[in-house]
Amino acid sequence: MSDAEVFRASALTRVYRMGEVEVHALRGVDLVLYGGELVVLLGPSGSGKSTLLNILGGLDRPSAGTVTVHGHDLTAAGEGELTAFRRHFVGFVFQFYNLIPSLTARENVAIVTEIARDPMAPEAALELVGLGGRLDHFPSQLSGGEQQRVAIARAIAKRPQVLLCDEPTGALDSKTGITVLEVLERVNEEFGTTIAIITHNADIASMAHRVIHFKDGLIDAVECNTQRRRARELSW
Amino acid sequence: MTLGLWPPRALTRKLWRELWTMRSQAVAIAVVIAGGVGTLVMFLTSLYALTETRAAFYQEYRFADLFVSAERAPVGLLAEIAEIPGVQRLADRVEAGATLELPSFDEPITGQLLSLPDGENAVLNRLHVSVGRLPEAGSGREVVVSDGFAEAHELRPGDRLSAVIRGRYQRFEIVGVATSPEHVYQIRPGDLMPDHRRYATVWMNREALAAAYDMEGAFNSLTVALTRDARPGEVIAELDRLLEPWGGRGAHDRDFQTSHRLLEDELTQLRSIAVLIPGIFLGVAAFLLNVVVGRLIATQRETIGILKAFGYSSGAIALHYLQLVLLIVALGIGLGVGLGYVLGEQLALLYAEFFRFPFLDYRLQPRTVAIGAAATTLAALLGTLTAVQRAARLPPAEAMSPEPPPSFRPTLFERLLAYWGVQRWLGQPTRMILRSIERRPGRSLMAIIGIAFAVGILLISPYQRNALDTIVDAQFSLVQRDDVSVTFYEPVSRRALHELAGLPGVQQVEPYRQVAVELIAGHRTHRLAVLGLERDASLRRLLDQEFAEVPLPTAGVLMTDYLAEMLELEVGDTLEVRLLEGRRETVQVPVSGTIAEYIGVSVYMELTALNRLLGEGDAISGAWLAVDAEQRPALLSALERRPLVFGVIESEAALENFRDYLDDTMGAILVLTTALAAVIAFGVIYNNARIGLAERSRELASLRVLGFTRGEVSYILLGEQALLILLALLPGFVVGHYLYAGLVAAVESDLYRVPLLPSPAGMATAALVVLVVAVISGGVVRRRLNRADLVAVLKARE
Repeated sequence: MSDAEVFRASALTRVYRMGEVEVHALRGVDLVLYGGELVVLLGPSGSGKSTLLNILGGLDRPSAGTVTVHGHDLTAAGEGELTAFRRHFVGFVFQFYNLIPSLTARENVAIVTEIARDPMAPEAALELVGLGGRLDHFPSQLSGGEQQRVAIARAIAKRPQVLLCDEPTGALDSKTGITVLEVLERVNEEFGTTIAIITHNADIASMAHRVIHFKDGLIDAVECNTQRRRARELSW
Repeated sequence: MTLGLWPPRALTRKLWRELWTMRSQAVAIAVVIAGGVGTLVMFLTSLYALTETRAAFYQEYRFADLFVSAERAPVGLLAEIAEIPGVQRLADRVEAGATLELPSFDEPITGQLLSLPDGENAVLNRLHVSVGRLPEAGSGREVVVSDGFAEAHELRPGDRLSAVIRGRYQRFEIVGVATSPEHVYQIRPGDLMPDHRRYATVWMNREALAAAYDMEGAFNSLTVALTRDARPGEVIAELDRLLEPWGGRGAHDRDFQTSHRLLEDELTQLRSIAVLIPGIFLGVAAFLLNVVVGRLIATQRETIGILKAFGYSSGAIALHYLQLVLLIVALGIGLGVGLGYVLGEQLALLYAEFFRFPFLDYRLQPRTVAIGAAATTLAALLGTLTAVQRAARLPPAEAMSPEPPPSFRPTLFERLLAYWGVQRWLGQPTRMILRSIERRPGRSLMAIIGIAFAVGILLISPYQRNALDTIVDAQFSLVQRDDVSVTFYEPVSRRALHELAGLPGVQQVEPYRQVAVELIAGHRTHRLAVLGLERDASLRRLLDQEFAEVPLPTAGVLMTDYLAEMLELEVGDTLEVRLLEGRRETVQVPVSGTIAEYIGVSVYMELTALNRLLGEGDAISGAWLAVDAEQRPALLSALERRPLVFGVIESEAALENFRDYLDDTMGAILVLTTALAAVIAFGVIYNNARIGLAERSRELASLRVLGFTRGEVSYILLGEQALLILLALLPGFVVGHYLYAGLVAAVESDLYRVPLLPSPAGMATAALVVLVVAVISGGVVRRRLNRADLVAVLKARE
């Protein structure tokens, strides 16, 4: 973990129009993420954590406020810049894996490494998540945990500076979930990748450097873990 | 116990909302259905209109059943003919050829002169006088002209017309404009297309015509109406026997009556198209409904499960989705019937330009609408049955759980590349495309077939153009090399050639002799005129299939290959020829060779050999002239007043007339086929892309999140469509080839054959049209893809 700022969000608000109702997903969030840090975002459904993550990852735009990445204003970026940003800078992991069903594990990773600047080999990325033996399996031939690990391999293969994970263990049983968290922990430690994990599961918070609590579109509290637990020590 | 309202209002509301959600796809399918129903209604309605109109016209105006001409038969013979069992009514008349002149038109006009009973309408083949009246009794100057001719020259009663009848210049006054069942198709014998400016039928009182042709107390043309129980073959034999001494040229039935025959051929062609084109549309519509409804049901698995859990029966669920299908079908039928009615009238009017009916019984038949609706509904139900059945059969528990992830495997193509060790050439997006196509081979195949038919339909017009161009080229530049063709009233001596050679501008003169004969080969017979020409003729050439010249044999005959097939003759066989002129004998002649001809069927013989058979000296029936273009007008006016010259045909004018026809008709066919094909192509490509977008929105969004640009993502979705289109082009060319082959096979006859020649330019255009359609539909789908909400898609449960 370093002190270098990766993301800086200032007075971030996001208002959705859902039919005739206005939903205030973010109501003025200030946040800094530092290089190499592992952050857990906790909070109930609708508290704004996913919206924040999507804005940080260039999938969504704030209604007001700014986000900078290494000092560059992300909110002013055009469509092309955002695409390039996603391509080279951030990796995503979602609750429902979102693998391409028509591509094998290896090809699901290759689809990213083919367009990245300095990627690792797809095989190496899959080896890293413990799937070196299932390279040529299609998603329909893999378990949920394995699919999620392929998704992580796909996210890290381009050596992103930041990994944004939205409920990565949400669809998995605890044993499989812990295997996935171990992989994230390893990526954080070996590559110094900044990782933000959204979860409902308070148990996961204990593996983070920092835990950010969300409530009603605002940051409710931030705590720093002085005593971090290893992923494999977790249980729920 | 009551089951309450049926269908439940909530379900009905669901139906309408879903229809609204998928409106663009529903409309795209409805338009394809409308294409099918529209073409079906269009063809059936015009077919019905033409058939009914013809039947009514024939009956009301007493179209004859048998036709025969003779040299000169005494009127007294009629009593004997009337006694032939089966003869109901006779109409004898005088028929003659003449060259006509109009003050406003300085080119020669060929006229067919027909006599009318003095001051009365004909007994058979009665005239329908559309303007003016019939000639008054006793008037030798009043004539009625055919309506096509009158229209082409804007002639009205009171206008003047002159004719050179056997060299005598006579002035007439037009008192009426008419048509008759014999003249529905007003074409000069031997022409490709009607040329109303240069061909006319002129009716006049018998007395005047008989006087000019030395036919007082005689007739040279007879038409016969038969009783219902008559045996035409026997009547024909009796007629031939009785007329034999009077130069009878053999009686024939309606099948050899030019107007009837051409009309019948046209109706046959229309009948085959009426099945073919709508069939293609309805097949494509069935496929589209299958895909779209299949997709809808797949996305509604859970809804179906819940409805069933609430107690809806399988039948109710099936009915619900069928209603959706039927709504789309109903929209298509409504559009199609309207479209078909409007287009059908245009088509019937187009036909009416060629077929001169006095009236056109055009109306929408309830039966036609019923046929269209039934055929469409059947096709739609067949197309959606499996999909709807799948929905009805799902057990609720299974239906409520999400569909298992689709399984994929490397495609055959990839495994081949792997076998050669070059699979790394394929990027992941390309693999996705290939695997998606191979995972649903049935759907991909149907899409390819659909697009192939669109390509095929696009080829009809260029194939037709190509065929007609070839016919024109062969006919006007290779075979008929004369500038002007001259026909005499009756065979004349060769001395006439010197006279012709002396006329202004004539550079070359070649004679020909034409003799009416009956060809007999076993039990097969055919009537035509044998054409005798000189061995070294250069203004008329006889060509084989490869357009190489075939020399005339000294003794035997050359015949059109199609005629040889009709008569089941081969080169070397002997043919019996019954001469219907001259010595009127039956002679044996060897078949020395065959030639290729697109128009008509003919038998050719060396001129002197033919005359030897006839027992006539050096007689000729006419001549072909090569003419100095600058002196052509002078030549034509010199020919008009020649006593023996009856028909003058200019090649240039015939060619121009044919080209005019091509430009008129082919333009309409081109627009129609292009529109039809575009509808099919758009229906298939757009729906396919939309389904692809719906099915793959998740993975496409994933790729966007992974940093793929819109263009790269579009490549995966639209690349699949592009590949399907590419795969469809070649089969499409094959489909087009056979579509056209089917169309020409339906019309192939002794009147004409249409060559089946690939059109590379047409293929390129067809491919281009399909690509344009693809780009448009791709653009529409891409806009949707760009609008898709990445986050919402990804967070949804699979």
